[in-house]
Amino acid sequence: MTLDTVKHAAETPESGQPWKELGLKEDEYARIREILGRRPTGAELAMYSVMWSEHCSYKSSKVHLKQFGEKAPQTDALLVGIGENAGVVDVGQGYAVTFKIESHNHPSYIEPYQGAATGVGGIVRDILAMGARPVAVMDPLRFGAADHPDTKRVLPGVVAGVGGYGNCLGLPNIGGEVVFDPCYQGNPLVNALCVGVMKHEDIHLAQASGAGNKVILYGARTGGDGIGGVSVLASETFDSTGPSRRPAVQVGDPFQEKLLIECTLEIFREQLVAGIQDLGGAGLSCATSELASAGSGGMRVELDTVPLRDATLSPEEILMSESQERMCAIVEPDKVDRFLEICEKWDVIATVIGEVTEGSRLEIFWHGEQIVDVPPRSVAHEGPTYHRPYARPDWQDTLQADDAGRLPRPADSAELRAQVLTLVGSPNQASKSWVTDQYDRFVQGNTVLAQPEDSGVVRIDADTDLGVALATDGNGRYAKLDPYTGAQLALAEAYRNVAATGAKPLAVSDCLNFGSPEDPAVMWQFAEATRGLADGCLALGTPVTGGNVSLYNQTGDAAIHPTPVVAVLGVIDDVNRRTPMAFGEQGQLILLLGETREEFGGSAWSQVVHDHLGGMPPAVDLEREKLLAEILISGSRDGMIDAAHDLSDGGLIQAVTESCLRGGHGARLVVPDGLDAFTFLFSESAGRAIVAVPRSEELRFTDMCGARGLPVTRIGVIDGDAVEVQGEFAIPLAELGAVHEGTIPGLLA
Amino acid sequence: MTARIGVVTFPGTLDDRDTQRAIGIAGAEAVPLWHRDKDLKQVDAVVLPGGFSYGDYLRAGAISRFSPVMGSIVEQANAGMPVLGICNGFQVLCEAHLLPGAMLRNTGLHFVCRDQKLRVETAATAWTADYAAGEEISIPLKNIDGRYTADERTLDDLEAEGRVVFRYRDVNPNGSLRDIAGISNAAGNVVGLMPHPEHAVEPLIGTGRTDGLAFFTSVIKKLVSA
Repeated sequence: MTLDTVKHAAETPESGQPWKELGLKEDEYARIREILGRRPTGAELAMYSVMWSEHCSYKSSKVHLKQFGEKAPQTDALLVGIGENAGVVDVGQGYAVTFKIESHNHPSYIEPYQGAATGVGGIVRDILAMGARPVAVMDPLRFGAADHPDTKRVLPGVVAGVGGYGNCLGLPNIGGEVVFDPCYQGNPLVNALCVGVMKHEDIHLAQASGAGNKVILYGARTGGDGIGGVSVLASETFDSTGPSRRPAVQVGDPFQEKLLIECTLEIFREQLVAGIQDLGGAGLSCATSELASAGSGGMRVELDTVPLRDATLSPEEILMSESQERMCAIVEPDKVDRFLEICEKWDVIATVIGEVTEGSRLEIFWHGEQIVDVPPRSVAHEGPTYHRPYARPDWQDTLQADDAGRLPRPADSAELRAQVLTLVGSPNQASKSWVTDQYDRFVQGNTVLAQPEDSGVVRIDADTDLGVALATDGNGRYAKLDPYTGAQLALAEAYRNVAATGAKPLAVSDCLNFGSPEDPAVMWQFAEATRGLADGCLALGTPVTGGNVSLYNQTGDAAIHPTPVVAVLGVIDDVNRRTPMAFGEQGQLILLLGETREEFGGSAWSQVVHDHLGGMPPAVDLEREKLLAEILISGSRDGMIDAAHDLSDGGLIQAVTESCLRGGHGARLVVPDGLDAFTFLFSESAGRAIVAVPRSEELRFTDMCGARGLPVTRIGVIDGDAVEVQGEFAIPLAELGAVHEGTIPGLLA
Repeated sequence: MTARIGVVTFPGTLDDRDTQRAIGIAGAEAVPLWHRDKDLKQVDAVVLPGGFSYGDYLRAGAISRFSPVMGSIVEQANAGMPVLGICNGFQVLCEAHLLPGAMLRNTGLHFVCRDQKLRVETAATAWTADYAAGEEISIPLKNIDGRYTADERTLDDLEAEGRVVFRYRDVNPNGSLRDIAGISNAAGNVVGLMPHPEHAVEPLIGTGRTDGLAFFTSVIKKLVSA
């Protein structure tokens, strides 16, 4: 095969090219020709096709994502915003925290273990590239029906992959979600979050500046894995009759990544890099073009110097390869020796593959012959933008009219009791310890709270006890009923979860999982959800710092529920003040904060008891959420509350059951005036939490709520070894524990 | 005097910084040791911390035992220096033949992370003197290759010589023979166990208990009084 050089491309303008097979549209190919003033070389075509794919260019979503910037709330907390590898938030005392959530959905369906493992690896490198030491991970996971045979293939593989990679990196896994719904059967959602910590002065950015600076590729050798994975995996559905264009999923090596982390942190400590970028989707194509695009000059790369695992790879394949555990650094010439020395210390292969130039072009050579000559911005930042049509689907009204309030309710106390057991033992409400016990939550010795607590809390300074809290939440059922409200409910829940542990919410990262953007109904869901989230973040004062969009999560015409997953980061000045969820002391009072209305649309009860999805999701009141958060934080800081737990899916009875089981104490509850027992136990009204308060603090606490205008109701006392609802039923903790703990192992072990 | 306790970092070691912190909390000076260095920097004792050194490739601990630092540690251990191997460190000690037996894949085939109850079977080692024989403690356990295995005769000898230092209580999380969680050498200066005492030294962190602190105070007392 002859090498398709720039010179050759200029001489053979009419030579046919596989732009269509690479996922480009005709007008996109024409635009590339226009940018270059000739046909692209094979290598250039590879770069454009992968960088202009949905996954890398956000071409369908970016017109909507703009709102996160336009509606961003005023805040001093944001040090680096959207657009870098990850956003950076000021948490005080000179510390900055960077966090981001991403998806690895499609690869995880094909190869659950490696798909999930490399999802963790990718997000960890994003955090590392900002200059931070990664300190924790979280994994929101969604699967098909719990009892579907394929779930037994996908879930254990995904969990083993998340654990196998994260455990080996020494990153505590402090939270996440496990959700089952038939809508995810062919499209499991594997989202991964990483959080890292650094000092303000250690922030690093992905840019290549300073002519003469060296481009160093370091980490694993480049192999044939995941070639085209980005453009193809992320842009085609799993239609078995269509052409098979799904290449191999990437294979991860967490040991190599652990070396890369320690090596990179040592390089940062000695201030040896001028710019840095991890290699993820689109590999070298992405890293070189983004670094050059964000810098002031051009870049020249000798592609044949790249260390290979497979010597037969063509230059196009090397540019496309998504081999894991690689980073690319821009280093001043006099620092190169020390850089390479540190890499050698950690047994990490490092190679100078090029340098920053005075020009404005990204030029790539293969054994002396030029195969790429492009304006880097045109590859990295000036990809196509689609204004895809969107329209509220005609079935939305029917769905919303199908009110869950009309579903038959339990006829008597015995049925109510039975439904409580059904609910807390249902796959979505059951304990997920079978999953989370496969993750190391203790490593690094800073874990203050981990799942199943409302948020994960890690200490970031052992001298001052400064800590951060993180929660991720999403509810596809709510979002299906009303995407705008559903996105805000996800935000509100994560915000509430952070506050419930005593931390002040600061910032948001989101992972937007949706079906095909080519379906106007899906695009409407996306538009509504992003609008809801942007409005919500503005109202709560928590900016979106970055995130990820995953589209085409559908099989045939059946899209997943729109599933915006929202991560909220909070700060807690003194981790000793954190509030756990466990009811720890008999005799303490249980108070319900917020108002309970008859809201059952999208509820766990409607799903578990009636297999129903219809009506409207719970109403959102973001001002109320802010007030509730302030009360929870004040209560924690001033030592008034000993336990707190947010109320969300499953309602009050789910929260009480979890707090009782975790603490090993029962509760006696009284149905408040004005509510019936069923609504009291199962409603999913937002803006609520339960707290445990020592009797000596009751007055001080309720006075504070009263003065601030937050409704507070005394609903019972921590007592005995059963959950008792006066006048209705009592269920021994042992019985609740058996169904709550037994379900998932019963399905999967 | 302040005891100086070395903490080895192999490529892929994870709990080195946590172990250093635990040593500091217990009142000694933690000294980082690098796997390529033969020099033990005149430390009084050494901890091989947990992790996945060399990615557990080939076999957990099998590559690390050939590190330059291990040559010096074996030499010093045979001369009586206290050495503690935690999790992957225990695996390295077995591979280096400082302790008998080996670790196999957990019977459940999964990684297991839990708060694990143990019984301290003997206080007559360098690392358990601050416990009472028969005392029950809870510390984190987290591993995938934690099933302690040895031939029957070795197991009988360990029992007869009082070298079973810890046994799992309530639950045997990985199928270890005779519920063995940790053992010592004949002299009692070298101890290895799968669970993680360094993750149970602060009331706020991890399990919320400090049951692991006495590992470090035990050895510090011994070193200071020596």
